Amino acid sequence: MLDRRLIHHFDWEILLLVFALGGIGLASVYSAVTADPPPAPYRGLFAKQILWCAIGLPVMAAAVVFPYRHLDRLAYPVYLGCLLLLIAVILFGKFAGGSRRWLVLGPLHLQPSELFKVAVVVVLARYYSRLPAGRALGFRDLLRPIALTAAPCGLIALQPDLGTACLIALVAATLTLFAGVAWRTLLAGAGALAGLLPVGWSLLKEYQRQRILTFLNPDQDPLGAGYHVIQSKIAIGSGLLTGKGYLQGTQNALSFLPEEHTDFIFSVLAEEWGALGSLAVLALFLLLILWGGSVAYRSRDPFGVFLAVGLTALIGWQVVINVGMTMGLLPVVGVPLPLISYGGSSTVAVAICIGLLLNVSMRRVLFE
Amino acid sequence: MKRLLDAAEPDAFRRRLLLLMIAAVTAFVLLAARLLYLQLVLGEEYLRLSLNNSIRLQPIDAPRGRILDRGGEVLAENRPSFDVSFTPRDAQDPERVARELARRLDLPEEEVVGRIRPLRGLAAFRPVLLQPDIGRDALAAVEVRKVDMPGVSVQVRLRRQYPLGPLAGHVVGHIGEVSAEELKSGAWPLARGGDFIGKTGIERACEPYLRGEAGGRQVEVNASGQVMRVLQTVSPRPGRNVILTLDSRLQRRAEELLEQVAGAAVAVHPATGEILALASSPGFDPNAFVGRVRAEQWEAWMQHPHRPLENKALQGEYPPGSTFKIVTALAALEEKAIDEATTFDCEGFLPFAGRDYRCWKKEGHGRVDVRRALTESCDVFFYRAGLRLGIERLAWYAKAMGLGSRTGIDLENEARGLIPSAAWKKRRFGVPWQEGETLSVAIGQGYVLATPLQMAMLTAAVADGGVRRRPQLVRRVETAEGEVVWEAAPAELGRLPVGARALTIVRQGLWGAVNGERGTARRAALPDVEIAGKTGTSQVVGRREGADEVLPLHLRPHAWFVCYAPYHAPQIAVAVVVENGEHGSSAAGPIARELVKTWLRQEPGGGKAAAGLAALAAGAGPPKP
Repeated sequence: MLDRRLIHHFDWEILLLVFALGGIGLASVYSAVTADPPPAPYRGLFAKQILWCAIGLPVMAAAVVFPYRHLDRLAYPVYLGCLLLLIAVILFGKFAGGSRRWLVLGPLHLQPSELFKVAVVVVLARYYSRLPAGRALGFRDLLRPIALTAAPCGLIALQPDLGTACLIALVAATLTLFAGVAWRTLLAGAGALAGLLPVGWSLLKEYQRQRILTFLNPDQDPLGAGYHVIQSKIAIGSGLLTGKGYLQGTQNALSFLPEEHTDFIFSVLAEEWGALGSLAVLALFLLLILWGGSVAYRSRDPFGVFLAVGLTALIGWQVVINVGMTMGLLPVVGVPLPLISYGGSSTVAVAICIGLLLNVSMRRVLFE
Repeated sequence: MKRLLDAAEPDAFRRRLLLLMIAAVTAFVLLAARLLYLQLVLGEEYLRLSLNNSIRLQPIDAPRGRILDRGGEVLAENRPSFDVSFTPRDAQDPERVARELARRLDLPEEEVVGRIRPLRGLAAFRPVLLQPDIGRDALAAVEVRKVDMPGVSVQVRLRRQYPLGPLAGHVVGHIGEVSAEELKSGAWPLARGGDFIGKTGIERACEPYLRGEAGGRQVEVNASGQVMRVLQTVSPRPGRNVILTLDSRLQRRAEELLEQVAGAAVAVHPATGEILALASSPGFDPNAFVGRVRAEQWEAWMQHPHRPLENKALQGEYPPGSTFKIVTALAALEEKAIDEATTFDCEGFLPFAGRDYRCWKKEGHGRVDVRRALTESCDVFFYRAGLRLGIERLAWYAKAMGLGSRTGIDLENEARGLIPSAAWKKRRFGVPWQEGETLSVAIGQGYVLATPLQMAMLTAAVADGGVRRRPQLVRRVETAEGEVVWEAAPAELGRLPVGARALTIVRQGLWGAVNGERGTARRAALPDVEIAGKTGTSQVVGRREGADEVLPLHLRPHAWFVCYAPYHAPQIAVAVVVENGEHGSSAAGPIARELVKTWLRQEPGGGKAAAGLAALAAGAGPPKP
């Protein structure tokens, strides 16, 4: 099934890089969940994260060996399946921490929005790869991608999970720009958006605006976001050049950091490993993204190109949003740091992303 | 299906790919620059902050919105309360601090030490509440010696206060700590554990408005917990003020009049559906719910035979008795089962299906038409009218007039009442409808149930030319600065399904009941205002042969009275129920009369209401005849 040429073209270095990031992730999760003062409610999550990685590995392997051109055919069924899961979340999802994001399937808590990120990339890659080449996209060409993106974004925003909804919109926008939009359409679209928002806003009544603002900012604690950010900045800043040492982070240990094992894991890492450690992690991520770009650059198959660009954009945007948020550059939204943050669905989703990228990279020879 | 990239395409793709990669590198350079700025430029300062563990988050409560009556009298507000808290991490010697604090608060030393002891192991930076709501004297004593008591801090919190005590307690409602189930339900997305939310009444219905958004401060504290520096403040957003349609003067009068009895009174402004008073007796003082309800208090409420926590005006379901004859008369006239000239002979009873159905007046009324039948409340006339109508048509009209379903008032647990029909009885009891039961329904007995609020809204519709409205309790909602964020608009639900002529005839009958020579409600008459009304007496147990026997109190019939005034230009419609009050004319009528008088007359302190009335009349157009 896998011929020798494929194995020959497999990116072993990238696998190593991914394992390195994953290892750093596990170590950081361990530090984050064990450092809490007793009763350390999250202590058990480290074992669970190991389990997630154990699930992620075969999933990644499957995503590598399976000929990705089948995805082209399966794009819509996969997309619809994920859409149904999202609707199921709205209807039957578990309500926790102010939003409804999880489907409870026995012992598993599935977060369909994480899987949906990948499904959107796949379906858009299929759509754009089939458009006639060499033509700038007009408004009509964009109708379907907009619908395909807006429907899940709306459902996810309803949970409410504005962070993930924005992330999907950003990834879709990146992919669309890459496909090549006509200047006229681009300007008209941007103009329409910029023009309509304030008009719509001004038409609303004060209490309606308040409702929308509350809706857009699901963070329950009005001071919470700001508090999280300053604590995160203290944690990062106090790491100085070399950090306080592994498991020695005080901000982390004293529970000053909220969500330290998921959204704010980078703060834990930066506090304990300092500028050197955190810059190294950023560099690893940049390498991963540049490699993703090179996969797209080298692929000769339109579907493969779009798939690679979309998946790379997905990983890249998550890193930028998450790290930017922990340093107070971007608003606090719940977007995990790929390969590092705790989380079952997100770990599996990242595994699929990496697997597919390796897949596209390896199979480029088939088109030569 | 597959096609290789043609020659032109790769260049465009590769150019754009390059741009994307440049964007990615730029983003990472920015992240790295920020990282270095935080860690190498600001790092020493952040390290100091982190080593002292000296950042504390202090919440600033958002004042909950006030609840006011239509004239601006305050029904619910907030007062400051001083809570003593203890931050375990800041105290070097908790035991000593506890003893010192106990002296200042005048509490037993062992008690305070006992409360602090379990906290000692915690490396907690969050203050733990030790003693809520200390008085101002104790506050002074604590503040003076605060330096000697590291870890002790005093927070100013806001507590709910109902300055008029039990006045309109059922409408205003009360607050309570949010329960675990409520948090889980997701119905209160902004509430967190330990928060107080509206549990009943307007406090509950207007929770999203009343609730503000808490703010907070990030402060840097020194080793003993004293605030050194404020890093960041987020101001709280106060809750909105809710202005009710209630008139506190009328409400107070209603509660006074009901003081000795169990029952309810509802007063409505017919042209808008605004509730002017909504009283239920016995009442309760919502202040008892602030903090925690004492067990004895709870027990007393639960044991009380007249259920003080129940809002009888909308949760109490009573057979409407003769007040229901308004419905029967309107239905019979509209369906042409009778006309205004139709007369029936009343001999004091109606033999039907082998039984005598009695009129309240043993001697009989003689020949009566519909106006006289309403005026004198002749049962036999309505038995016959009901028979001509049949239960199905009668039930249809009653439902179309709003009985048997909720009025839609903004308060929780509103009862539906009940309008029986043959199908309902078959479903409920599995037995067919008996003709004789139609007779009972025609005079508002048998299975018929209505709430005082439903009857008040029905009376208001009769007064307002047949327009049915949704009862309104909230006039407007304002921000703390007075900006109006929500304003009520009269909500028309539809019309009574009857023509103007039928309405006029019934209104004339109701006028006669109060003002006619032989009216049953003459005791409700006022010398200078024409009131139109209807008495009602609803049986608790079946009427027996020796009807004059004295029944034990709890089996005596409930007394009803519904009315509106002035007859030609209605400004108020009232429904009153007195549980076990026996006769509508004597027990309920005078209460309704006093409410009409209070609302319409310029008594001392009445200028406010009169001004409100003028504004209402101006806003609602000329009163309908």
